[in-house]
Amino acid sequence: MLLSIIAGGILIAVTDERVQAAAGYFFSRPLDTLNAIGQSVGGAYSALFQGAIYNFRRPGFAAGIRPLTETLTFATPLIAAGLGVALAFRVGLFNIGGRGQMLLAAAAAGWVGFSLDLPPVVHLLFAVLVGIVFGGLWGGLAGLLKARTGAHEVITTIMLNYIAYYLVSFLLRTPVLQAPGSNNPKTPAMKPNATYPDLFGPGYNLHAGFLFAIVATIIVWYLLNRSNLGFQFRAVGENPNAARVAGINVKSVYVWAMVISGGLVGLAGTAQALGTIKTGFGSGIDAGIGFDAITVALLGRSRPWGVFAAGLLFGAFKAGGFSMQAAEGVPVDIVLVVQSLIVLFIAAPPLVRTIFRLPTPGSRAPRRREAVAK
Amino acid sequence: MTVAAVPVNSEPALERTVMRSWKVPLALGIFVVIAAVLFIGFGRDGVSTFRLATDSDAFKLPDLVIPTRVGCVVMTVLLAAITGYTVMLARAARRVPLWLIAVYGVLFVVDFLTWASAGAAVPVPGLLVGTLGLSVPLIFGALGGVIGERVGVVNVAIEGQLLAGAFASAVVASVTQNAYAGLLGAMIAGVLVSFVLAAFAIKYLVDQVIVGVVLNVLVTGLTSFFFSKVLTPNSAVLNSPPKFERIRIPILADIPIVGPALFRQTIIVYVMYVAVALVWFCLFKTRWGLRLRAVGEHPTAADTVGINVARTRFWNVSLAGAIAGFGGAYLTLGAVGSFNKEMTAGAGFIALAAVIFGRWDPLRATLAALLFGFAQNLQNVLSIIGSPVPSEFMLMLPYIVTIVAVAGLVGQVRAPAASGKPYVKS
Repeated sequence: MLLSIIAGGILIAVTDERVQAAAGYFFSRPLDTLNAIGQSVGGAYSALFQGAIYNFRRPGFAAGIRPLTETLTFATPLIAAGLGVALAFRVGLFNIGGRGQMLLAAAAAGWVGFSLDLPPVVHLLFAVLVGIVFGGLWGGLAGLLKARTGAHEVITTIMLNYIAYYLVSFLLRTPVLQAPGSNNPKTPAMKPNATYPDLFGPGYNLHAGFLFAIVATIIVWYLLNRSNLGFQFRAVGENPNAARVAGINVKSVYVWAMVISGGLVGLAGTAQALGTIKTGFGSGIDAGIGFDAITVALLGRSRPWGVFAAGLLFGAFKAGGFSMQAAEGVPVDIVLVVQSLIVLFIAAPPLVRTIFRLPTPGSRAPRRREAVAK
Repeated sequence: MTVAAVPVNSEPALERTVMRSWKVPLALGIFVVIAAVLFIGFGRDGVSTFRLATDSDAFKLPDLVIPTRVGCVVMTVLLAAITGYTVMLARAARRVPLWLIAVYGVLFVVDFLTWASAGAAVPVPGLLVGTLGLSVPLIFGALGGVIGERVGVVNVAIEGQLLAGAFASAVVASVTQNAYAGLLGAMIAGVLVSFVLAAFAIKYLVDQVIVGVVLNVLVTGLTSFFFSKVLTPNSAVLNSPPKFERIRIPILADIPIVGPALFRQTIIVYVMYVAVALVWFCLFKTRWGLRLRAVGEHPTAADTVGINVARTRFWNVSLAGAIAGFGGAYLTLGAVGSFNKEMTAGAGFIALAAVIFGRWDPLRATLAALLFGFAQNLQNVLSIIGSPVPSEFMLMLPYIVTIVAVAGLVGQVRAPAASGKPYVKS
């Protein structure tokens, strides 16, 4: 039932998108026939598919499957950051600070990555750990401010975004982060020991950060659904007053939730700095992932595996969107439209039911099922 | 001055004893330390010039010239004195009046500018003009946010409404070659975004934050798509709207210092003055406002006395969208003169912060929006006069100020009780 709703939602999103695209062509070339509209839309979608999953035009499986690995590469930071935002959502916090947390984590991990000399595995793990810690500290700062003074996390995380951006921009102009002998605000390349190793050799961009994202998903799942701390998280998220009465230290939950949330977003930052872009980075390293992560978390309904799937889907859109723009000249922004429509339709099952005239499910509120099942 | 000295007074006030809040003195004290270290410790020689008049002023004020080092010391001592006074107030368990904090803030800014502009001149009217210009979309957005949240619908979609307004106003004004038609188009676009928000939040009971965030993405995607696909190839027809002329209000525009900023503006800004006053008045002094707030605070009670909760919410959220869309029109018709991809650049989120910073009050939210506008504008001024410390730290300062202000002064804010909660009639 739920699956059909989701599938229906995606279908609607796709048809809606066709209407949008058709309207776009209609204004620019009003004399074109419907046939042309169908062709261009079809072309765009096949380009999207070829850019995201499998490219039929390339010879052989190894080259054809490359887009899928691109998808996974794009998905890696989205999953990690999405998990962070989702975790905060479950505690009733809105972490818009992904950008700042990613920037700081990337800067810290990057510094470890290019300035220290450590043995192969240790170096990577240490750099990742430093990145997670810095992301966590930056997120925890917002949590601490909320817990101690009641400052709203939406304000503080937005402000911390700007502060982190300017801080990293400044550091990129100083010898701390700037590549020696360069005038560009850019770091030197990472030492090979500190980068995520390629999973399928140098021909593919996919790096071991994806494995970290899988591990993070498992950890977050365990944390939220099986651990004592996760129970407190969810209790505070459902009703902070009731949680306080029940003896849960709501303030420390806020702090720890933001620390862990920031740490996960920090992991996304390391995936960018140590995996996707190994040749040194500037202050745009976050690439808007901090905000994309919010949508990913929403689409995943703040469930760890849901976020994982949503991250994969959005990674596919990202990878495919660029190739679609290159091949068919359809602006990559259409991907945003499709993404947001999907989230809207998945978030509103009653609407989908109305459109398809489906019967209302007999048992009410399937969303609460999990709390009962536990 | 340790953090541990702050009594944590965030527990629900069941036992309302005399609460001595040390937050304000503490926050002010931190700034005094910053001022002492930066402005005196790293004091600079020379004179700071504040240019108070523009070339077109009727009667010109002379430039204000302050010897930098002496001026900084005097002002920092004054700051310390105010802080001392707040300590006394806190000890007597009395509230610190808002105007005192405002005086403190202005003094700190002047202190900072004096220090930063040693050997250079600060164009004060230009600073204020720029501040207002950057604040206009924030203020409209914040007004929309206040109305939305007061009626019980969290409006995270301000960004989307601003962007939709900017887009629609550019296109409509270009096609009709009439800027007023563009304004109308902006309002309609804002309302349309609101319709979606309202429909999903009120009828389909989707989490309002989710709808808001997604709508932002949706509007960003749609406008960027149409911009690349349709507007850019036909920019002469579709993206070259007529701009509003600045209207000079005869006598008021000649008021020294503030006159140029406040009364040599486009019609959008004058509408803004009216809108701020009107929203405040209607929200707190009319039956409409009372009903609106009742629905936002306690929908069940409002329903009991015969107010249609869903309808009230729906139309007021639409109104909020119209106001925010209007603000978006300022970006294209008032400031830039054409639409650009993602031209709001996060203004909607800053407006959201202003709503919360302003405690869901139109006037306070407007002040908060002005503060953010000033913060963003400071960047331009500092790049002109050249700054003594790395510019990034200067740019950071406003945001740090905001955090300290939110943590120290606003403290635990209380949203309208039913904000963000869908109402299901039982």
